[in-house]
Amino acid sequence: MKAVTIERQVARAGWLFLAPALILIGLFFFLPAAAALVLSITDFDIYALADIDNARVVGISNYARAIDHPLFWTALKNTFYFALGCGPLTVLVALIAALLVNAPLTRFRTFFRTAYFIPFVTTLVAVAIVWRYLYHAEYGLLNYALTTVGLDPVNWLGDPTWAMPAIILMAVWKNFGYYMLIFIAGLQAIPRELYEAAELDGASAWKRFIHVTVPHLGPSLVFVGVVVMIGYFQLFAEPYVMTQGGPLRSTTSLVLLMYEEGFRWWRMGFAAAIAFVLFVIILIWTLIQRRLEARLA
Amino acid sequence: MCLREEGLARVEQIRVIRGFRVIRQFNSGRWRGRFGQWALVGLIPLSAACGNADGAREVEIRFWAMGAEGEQVAKLVPQFERENPGIRVRVQQIPWTAAHEKLLTAHVGKSTPDVAQLGNTWIPEFEALGALRALGTLIETSSVIDQESFFPGIWATNVVDDTVYGIPWYVDTRVLFYRKDLLAQAGWREMPTTWADWRRAMEDIKRTVGKDRWAIFLPTNEWAQPAILGMQAGSPILKDGGRWGAFSDPEFMRALEFYLGLYRDGLAPVYGNTDVANLFQEFERGLFVFYITGPWNIGEFGRRLPDELQDDWATAPLPGPTGPASGLSTAGGSSLVLFRESEHPDEAWKFIEFMSRPEIQVRFYQLTGDLPPRLEAWEDTVLSRNDKARAFREQLDRVQPVPLVPEIELIMAKLIEYAEQSIRGGVPPADAMRRLDAEVNTILEKRRWMLERRIARAAP
Repeated sequence: MKAVTIERQVARAGWLFLAPALILIGLFFFLPAAAALVLSITDFDIYALADIDNARVVGISNYARAIDHPLFWTALKNTFYFALGCGPLTVLVALIAALLVNAPLTRFRTFFRTAYFIPFVTTLVAVAIVWRYLYHAEYGLLNYALTTVGLDPVNWLGDPTWAMPAIILMAVWKNFGYYMLIFIAGLQAIPRELYEAAELDGASAWKRFIHVTVPHLGPSLVFVGVVVMIGYFQLFAEPYVMTQGGPLRSTTSLVLLMYEEGFRWWRMGFAAAIAFVLFVIILIWTLIQRRLEARLA
Repeated sequence: MCLREEGLARVEQIRVIRGFRVIRQFNSGRWRGRFGQWALVGLIPLSAACGNADGAREVEIRFWAMGAEGEQVAKLVPQFERENPGIRVRVQQIPWTAAHEKLLTAHVGKSTPDVAQLGNTWIPEFEALGALRALGTLIETSSVIDQESFFPGIWATNVVDDTVYGIPWYVDTRVLFYRKDLLAQAGWREMPTTWADWRRAMEDIKRTVGKDRWAIFLPTNEWAQPAILGMQAGSPILKDGGRWGAFSDPEFMRALEFYLGLYRDGLAPVYGNTDVANLFQEFERGLFVFYITGPWNIGEFGRRLPDELQDDWATAPLPGPTGPASGLSTAGGSSLVLFRESEHPDEAWKFIEFMSRPEIQVRFYQLTGDLPPRLEAWEDTVLSRNDKARAFREQLDRVQPVPLVPEIELIMAKLIEYAEQSIRGGVPPADAMRRLDAEVNTILEKRRWMLERRIARAAP
């Protein structure tokens, strides 16, 4: 009898301690998400803003319209192009940078670590302005470099085929520093003795990397992989600042499309539907990725 | 940071009183000590800041203005404040790129200003939202503002369903800026006035300037140019009271054919407006001869082009398919509007009246280069002496607004998106316009539904 009361009291205390966090999450996460779900089955727009009487419940027709709309597919394709192009590249560059910075022979280690990390903490808008100069078709540094080695200049941000690669290049440069730090932390946690033992056994540098470094980096790799992809599926700021989604919609991502529909044209219902489609995509992707990477690690 | 409304000030007072009560509790109870005293010190500036609000009976009106206008209009405010003691104007400058979103969010958040500058294509939208105050009675009793003294095409953009919601502040229409010297070099002494001659002139120019230069710069991401050509060819843009798109109809198709032909035949470069790094340098270099643009560029071209080039460029009203009379252009510009939520409409209206006085409009023109919407202001010597502004005076008699429906901005954005597919992507124009119409009709579905419902409700 007594034990039960204590247990109940403990449980109550537990809930009490949890309450602030639960209330915050409920209020600022679940409630808005639920509201957005409701929004996505209405045609809430500028007219409904004036008078809620002007909103209609339209069922799944926002989703149907999204699937029916070529621009939605363009945005979806662009989002995958960016995520699949930029994600692995970022992880690869971050890993290489981490290995280089962490190599025993490297000098000025702190300097390089800081230098690679700086882009990540710099404001994107400022960075974008500088990159716009670098990419400029006529006066840009990049095209200057191309023409000096005898290649044809590229209209980086003005050409539909090059705009996305240009954005990917910038995003990799901007973001890899952070993941490099995570990899460095992972690398430093690997006991030195393992390398020494492997070296004594006659393992080459490559073998040591494959059989010592990679398995021990497993958890970091999984974490970075998931976080990078989730972040990249939500591509928004880069094209918003650099290209406004152009040219020819070649850099319009799902989030940018959602933003345009929702906050530029105020078609909230349609925008909410896009948001939920994106949610489902990220969810499925993360589940697949976790399973794949769990098997690897 | 002084408080705007007395009501708010009262709430703040209550807060301060409560604060003191808390402090008294602090000081009497077990919290007595340094913390309570510091809290008291912290409150002193707050209560001092509130002193002003209930002291002088001063009204502050909030005015939102965009871009360059927002920057310059602050210079006119002191005169208004001198003439109207007791009214203060707080100008908030908003960048054009964020203006639309900010105004909408302000309306939703019930924090709209008292007066704002509003692009006149936005008026139907904000009227549909119920955000704007009808100005009919204010105009009737006004000694400064009457409809007859404004350009009719511009005034019309402020009228929705026979009710006036805005007073034109400045006008924006498009005319042709061109290089006289390069046109003459191609054998044309006079600016052509029909599409056919204009096109021939462009072909002649292309022959004289060569491969890397062009006759005309039509940014592939600006909707104004194809829309203007469409209206010139007689397209209503939308038909049946703004219910359906009219882009695949023969009138618009004819204009699009002319427009696309300029790219196809190498008379215009396939450049967006971000692809030309420095417009003024390129105009000076002769990258292009014709450029369709607005009044702000009179000042910009004057300032940024070297002195020796000033006699070699000119402005002209737009050519039309069948000569000058068909050379329509858009009736753009900004208006001053009162928001319904404003608590000081009378004071705000006084400000609008002040900004509408002819002599203030001339000063505003001198500050910004924005053209005045009042006919009297054009008789002023500053304006009539400027030969580059004359084309605008002529063009203003031939302006026509784009259809006044709330969805127009979105529709125009779609127009250039689909036109660009034909310019860059090689999509046959007929296909592009058919798909554009389909999308426009979906966009207008809500409007049709609302119109039908209104008719159904009006019927007994």
